[in-house]
Amino acid sequence: MTISRREFVRLMGLAGAAGMLPASAFAAARKPSDLYEIPKFGNLCLMHMTDCHAQLNPIYFREPSVNLGIGKARGKAPHIVGKAFLEHYDIAPGSIEAHAFTYLDFDNAAKKFGKVGGFSHLATLVKRLRAERGDGNSLLLDGGDTWQGSGTAYWTRGKDMVGACNLLGVDVMTGHWEFTYLDKEVISNIADFKGEFVAQNVSVNDDALFDYKFADFAGFDEDSGLAFKPYTMKSVNGMRVAVIGQAFPYTPIANPQRFIPDWTFGIQDERMQSMVNHVRENEKPDLVVVISHNGMDVDLKMASRVSGIDVIFGGHTHDGVPRPVEVSNKGGKTLVTNAGSNGKFLGVMDLDVSKGKLKGYRYRLVPIFSNLLEADKEMQTYIDKVRAPYKDKLEKKLAVAGETLYRRGNFNGTFDQIICDALNKVNDSQISLSPGFRWGTTVLPGQAITMDHVMDQTCITYPETYRREMTGEEIKAILEDVCDNLFNTDPYYQQGGDMVRVGGMDYVCEPGQTMGKRISNMTLDNGSKIEARKKYMVSGWATVGSQSPGRPIWDVVADYLKEQGTVKIKKLNTPKLVGVKGNPGIAG
Amino acid sequence: MSLNQKRRVFLKGSLAVGALGAAAGLITPGAVLAAWNKNAFTAKSIDEAIAASNGQPVTTPSTDITIKAPDIAENGAVVPVSVATKMKGVDSITLLVEKNSTPLSAVFHLPKGTLPDVSTRVKMGKTGDVIAVVKANGKLFSARKGVKVTIGGCGG
Repeated sequence: MTISRREFVRLMGLAGAAGMLPASAFAAARKPSDLYEIPKFGNLCLMHMTDCHAQLNPIYFREPSVNLGIGKARGKAPHIVGKAFLEHYDIAPGSIEAHAFTYLDFDNAAKKFGKVGGFSHLATLVKRLRAERGDGNSLLLDGGDTWQGSGTAYWTRGKDMVGACNLLGVDVMTGHWEFTYLDKEVISNIADFKGEFVAQNVSVNDDALFDYKFADFAGFDEDSGLAFKPYTMKSVNGMRVAVIGQAFPYTPIANPQRFIPDWTFGIQDERMQSMVNHVRENEKPDLVVVISHNGMDVDLKMASRVSGIDVIFGGHTHDGVPRPVEVSNKGGKTLVTNAGSNGKFLGVMDLDVSKGKLKGYRYRLVPIFSNLLEADKEMQTYIDKVRAPYKDKLEKKLAVAGETLYRRGNFNGTFDQIICDALNKVNDSQISLSPGFRWGTTVLPGQAITMDHVMDQTCITYPETYRREMTGEEIKAILEDVCDNLFNTDPYYQQGGDMVRVGGMDYVCEPGQTMGKRISNMTLDNGSKIEARKKYMVSGWATVGSQSPGRPIWDVVADYLKEQGTVKIKKLNTPKLVGVKGNPGIAG
Repeated sequence: MSLNQKRRVFLKGSLAVGALGAAAGLITPGAVLAAWNKNAFTAKSIDEAIAASNGQPVTTPSTDITIKAPDIAENGAVVPVSVATKMKGVDSITLLVEKNSTPLSAVFHLPKGTLPDVSTRVKMGKTGDVIAVVKANGKLFSARKGVKVTIGGCGG
């Protein structure tokens, strides 16, 4: 059963009358006749989208059932899932918000409430809020991971998204996966983007400065060596708002450096502090905000070390966090948000600002339900036009989902398992490895798996597959390395992805251990022990160091799916976890 | 033209004449080699390397030394490291990489009046600390900073 907009409004009215509505973030709207009725507050409104991963059309997206926090992060936002999440944020089970923010009863709720996201639906909400707040009283900020994640983004090298963002009216953005196209393509996309691209933590490296190929690019500053404009000043309802950019600090490590050899990144929190000081001293700002692609844990640490930032609008870790976290530092307090992924949410912060002081705020992370927001015609026409040349290819049905297919979570999702199984089958290997990205949409049971879905899960600019022998010791080293990037107790040593997905093997994982001691008891699917010195045939994709020789992963997965008919996962190679009992970051 | 720009132009120029300069005897490899402390640079342990380069291995940890290095290296083969201190009377700054088979990376001898602020690139085989030893008024002080060397990939 799907629920129409009219039906929804009626149900909400009934619930309200019967006193059934919880005192949740949403119920803060006293008369919830409309999910999108967001009361005005203060004098300016900052809208924030992030990590849409090029999802132009509405999709399904299942939130994680495993998002463990280790050490000081245990049980704290964003490391809370399922029922613990609902309790923490006081959200009623079974409600539309419960569906938006958690994986609970996912299949039924997804059928009931329908798809999420979609740029034409998002455009309707953005236009409405802009109109309600009044001309010139709002900004639309984009945290990045916007130009990558769909077949059309891949084939147009991000241009389809630049066009969509121009139409949507994005004012300022920063990036991460934007940097996975060739450097000259990044520069060209930024030139076509009508808003501003900011990043205080991307420099041109010393060698490249001698003869920099983009010396004419407007954002480049030879004196500071910064490759992009670090911040911009915007006038919003007469207030001076500084927007500083923080790109993903580990881009050349998590993604290929070979596409962007001249640029060096890093967290650069000392430079962030001097940038904030510079802005505060020279620009007379009323408000200083950062659009960050650090990931939430890194943002929380950075907010405790850097003072003078009013709000950090965060992304990267794809955490749908309903309430900002207030972080204390020696300058006062900094608010930290994270706004989910795949176009599912729009963060809306209304602020009361005057004479250089933030006096109060209201924040809502608003889910975009496409059945409840009419499609904006202009945007839909644009999307249809962009997709037209690829439509037949993308909508080709490859198989039918026999169960919910998803990726998001610290360990193997069911769609990852398909990718791993496809690699082992098509490449005739014993073990397969697949990256723990946090993007990739969800397919409901009974739904056709199309090429669109396969591209949603796989389309990167380094999709080539490999097949080679590795020793048990090498396999363990890879698992330990990635696991430390996920569970190191110091967020500055994390990269923000999830654990590498495996096929054909199992292992035991103790996230609370230290580097080199988390992984044990590695066995093949047949139960035999994986030995350190013995060699195994391994296949995988997404090699960062150099280009692999094999076919793109999406062809391998499509070939496999075509032979399946209805896909059911025979075995999910998710590790046995040790020491996480009672952790609110895992389904109980 | 800003100072940075001038420096860059100067560096460009000096790079171009570098080979010529060496040939003309302005910079002779022999002079560099003469200062080469073989025992220090081939020492296998931190203590041995510090002792061989600074006379003795015992250092006092100090918060007055600032090490700038990435938290995670973009390329383990060339990790940019800077060391600066506000201490007075600095004679030398020594850089070591904890987990390298020969830990000593560089020794900077600072003539009197030199600002104690040095930068170089070190090679790091694996995750570990970069250690800076500052010799000031004949005493040894030290600080460390962890740098992670990772195989990369798999970012969100």
